[in-house]
Amino acid sequence: MIAILDYGLGNVMAFQNVFKRLGIPVNVARTADDLRDADKLILPGVGAFDQAMTLFEQSGLRGRAEEMALGRGVPVIGICVGMQMLANGSEEGQLPGLGWVPGHVRKFDAARLSHATRLPHMGWNDVQPVRSSKLFIGLEKDARFYFLHSYYFAPESADSTLAVAEYGGEFACAVGLENVYGVQFHPEKSHHFGADLLKNFAELA
Amino acid sequence: MLRPRFIPCLLVRNKGLVKTVRFKDGKYVGDPINAVKIFNEKEADELMVLDIDATSQGRDPDYTMIQRLAAECRMPLCYGGGVKSADDARRIIGLGVEKVSISAAALANPGLITDIADAVGSQSVVVVLDAKKKLLGSRWEVMTRNGTTGTGLCPIESAAEAERLGAGEIVINSVDNDGVMKGYDMALAERVRAATSVPLTILGGVGSLDDVEALVARFGIIGAAVGSLFVFKGPYKAVLINYPSQAERDRIAQVGRHAHAG
Repeated sequence: MIAILDYGLGNVMAFQNVFKRLGIPVNVARTADDLRDADKLILPGVGAFDQAMTLFEQSGLRGRAEEMALGRGVPVIGICVGMQMLANGSEEGQLPGLGWVPGHVRKFDAARLSHATRLPHMGWNDVQPVRSSKLFIGLEKDARFYFLHSYYFAPESADSTLAVAEYGGEFACAVGLENVYGVQFHPEKSHHFGADLLKNFAELA
Repeated sequence: MLRPRFIPCLLVRNKGLVKTVRFKDGKYVGDPINAVKIFNEKEADELMVLDIDATSQGRDPDYTMIQRLAAECRMPLCYGGGVKSADDARRIIGLGVEKVSISAAALANPGLITDIADAVGSQSVVVVLDAKKKLLGSRWEVMTRNGTTGTGLCPIESAAEAERLGAGEIVINSVDNDGVMKGYDMALAERVRAATSVPLTILGGVGSLDDVEALVARFGIIGAAVGSLFVFKGPYKAVLINYPSQAERDRIAQVGRHAHAG
């Protein structure tokens, strides 16, 4: 079953809602024990990077999730700040990230944004997959998702970029390294585009 | 490309939806959950739901209602009304809401903006300023308690201050134009845009999609919030929830893009 990692800083209910509509059972995991039957992990996150890392550590979920994701190849997807946590670190905080997908989280350079609205990057933006990925089946063309963030994931290797969006230049809005995925946008609140992506994740082998 | 946001703004009173004119005479327009379902079908960009009695009645947010709305909503949701602390905001985000809006509480205690931004991130903090035109000159005053109480504050200055304190979005709601359906207060939008750089949403006065288009043509990327137009149809204001098609929204976005290309 899919487990949503609930370490106290995420819109966990929004994911429960969308999977309920999709008819896909999910489990909310608050302790390592709750992960016993999990075969996929969702790592949500809102707010500040350091706070997210601290709470994830304190929850006791991190060690078990790490062993599952890196040791056993269990599919995991980090969403929004959850995606940023997959990196080695962030300009927003001091703490190291998980390092499950090598990269660093950077702040958008407001000077490169031409219009009056600079940050946060807020609203619906086009998402263009740059390589074939099971996550984007059916979303290869004309996909758009809702974004709400000021920091973005800059992967170490361009091979980790699954999809890009444009905001003062292209940035990686979806990354993937083997069984570990991350998306910066909010699939849980992006109408059928988001539901399709989460369904694709649920159907990963 | 990032698109402008077309945002239905729903007002809640006694668990029902109402639509006001100049912040008065709330006319019942239906059930909030039903409205959310229709906006789901129409794939609206995002929703704003404001409980307009919570603050004036000194009430806490109705968490049960918020949870039900969030459970139904397939697009980002901004909730406002009666939020007084970072704990309130954290609890609302936890229910599956993306953004929390504050107004009177932020004016009384501006530090609250920073507290909430620290708790849930700036991107989820929206400050709503209800602005009323002063009788003389081209100036405005920020109002609270459904437009009944003046604060003596200037909305342009308050917006800049809110941004400085950590707000991730500013909503300017025109008391004079509310429900009048004669277009946005463009002069006020212009002044606030010039004084801020976070996402800005303008509310109050839309009578047709031409008004939305005029706002997007002027500002490009902006939030165009709409009350009456998306819940009423025709000169007698029959209740009929409606929303522009994706093609229509793309067309308006394109107008904004052309107006701002170079």
